Amino acid sequence: MRAQFVLSEIGVGLRRNLTMTFAVIVSVALSLALFGGSLLMSDQVNTMKGYWYDKVNVSIFLCNKSDAESDPNCAKGAVTDDQKKQIKADLDKMDVVQTVTYESQDQAYKHYKEQFGDSPLASSLTPDQMQESYRIKLKDPQKYQVIATAFDGRDGVQSVQDQKGILDNLFGLLNGMNWAARAVMALMLVVALMLIVNTVRVSAFSRRRETGIMRLVGASGFYIQAPFIMEAAVAGLIGGTLACAFLLVARYFIIDHGLALSEKLNLINFIGWDAVLTKLPLILATSLLMPALAAFFALRKYLKV
Amino acid sequence: MIRFDNVSKVYPKQTRPALRDVSLEVEKGEFVFLVGSSGSGKSTFLRLILREERCSHGQVHVLGKDLARLSNWKVPQMRRQLGTVFQDFRLLPNKTVGENVAFAQEVIGKSRGEIRKSVPQVLDLVGLGGKEDRMPGELSGGEQQRVAIARAFVNRPKLLIADEPTGNLDPQTSVGIMKLLDRINRTGTTVVMATHDQNIVDQMRKRVIELEKGRLVRDQARGVYGYQH
Repeated sequence: MRAQFVLSEIGVGLRRNLTMTFAVIVSVALSLALFGGSLLMSDQVNTMKGYWYDKVNVSIFLCNKSDAESDPNCAKGAVTDDQKKQIKADLDKMDVVQTVTYESQDQAYKHYKEQFGDSPLASSLTPDQMQESYRIKLKDPQKYQVIATAFDGRDGVQSVQDQKGILDNLFGLLNGMNWAARAVMALMLVVALMLIVNTVRVSAFSRRRETGIMRLVGASGFYIQAPFIMEAAVAGLIGGTLACAFLLVARYFIIDHGLALSEKLNLINFIGWDAVLTKLPLILATSLLMPALAAFFALRKYLKV
Repeated sequence: MIRFDNVSKVYPKQTRPALRDVSLEVEKGEFVFLVGSSGSGKSTFLRLILREERCSHGQVHVLGKDLARLSNWKVPQMRRQLGTVFQDFRLLPNKTVGENVAFAQEVIGKSRGEIRKSVPQVLDLVGLGGKEDRMPGELSGGEQQRVAIARAFVNRPKLLIADEPTGNLDPQTSVGIMKLLDRINRTGTTVVMATHDQNIVDQMRKRVIELEKGRLVRDQARGVYGYQH
């Protein structure tokens, strides 16, 4: 009885205010889509960083057996133990070096698996194909060139890479986009909240006759407010559902099809469906609770007992 | 049933109090007329009983409860034991007569079975049997007021507050409404009715409370509308 009564009141309220309801839905959908997008972008950056990104500045990759056949830098064969000892000793002597870590083929294989998981490329790899490496943390990250000139072209060294330098530009861009998305999201969120507050007030005002009579016959405050709060929550939930749909469609078209970045940039490890799916409950919960709370506070002034 | 102890009410931003030091008691089962010119404090008096306002000084007891100490969330519980009728009927225009009466029961969570039973019963009582499915707009003023009384009475309140219930009605219709209120009073329900209708007060010969500029100037058993010295 009560549930049916409340539900019919919600339907009446939403229809009466169709344009405002629509505005609430759109603004909630946009702000939450941006919210989800920004979360996913952070996920993407983290996925790309890999095991060593935050720990070292420069990596010296050593030749393995397959490099010896294919890579001109490794024409003199795979790295030997003597060469490794020499490199380590030289590194230890350098002032700019803070720490040096050796990564074996097995460790490299493990870290690679952690990052790329079960992608087709990773599953065809064996530890043999991985490179041994020295991972170096510099006292001054700008001094990358010192290491590069000292070790590039040395026997047993395949390449010296300033991975952080290469990736930093990309991450800088992604982070910038992320902050821009958050700023727009915050604005949209404010707009959405103001729209909800306004919609609820208009709704409460247009039904002041009903609510006045409800108060007279002794309806509890919650009973009077519930239809308005649920109205806002329903509109918000519709917006949240749209935001979720948008994120799923966006991942599908940007990564798998349409733009198909996963084919064009097949060296980058993209976020999977699980990353998107785990964000959806959060978005739905926000879309339900945020408008409900906004409505609750909007009503406190308007529907006193 | 109702007790006012030295009650004053000053509205915010107003210097002249709407009620000044009013003390009185209304017993269970009484029928009380509240008279006085416009602005004499009648409406404030009723609003204090309904706890739509709180008094500035003194104490208001309704149904044995000190309204100043009644927390906000308990106010609805208290109002369920009161019935209210107004000059402007306050019916929902888009609901039928039956739905309007049922509304008072729906909002306090009565079951559908109970509502289906009690609505025709109370409509019979007010003389509107069989008009359940009519819209308020199709009814005369007197009939609309009867619907409002049915809604006020359907939950069997102990106290019925009527604010000029005959104010919009012609004298003959008013008599019918008064007979109805009298009948409700005879079931044991206390009735407090604010009115300007001299004829009604003079005919009914009930207790009369007169307010003037916020002061209680007369409290007379079996009184009439004007002064009698």
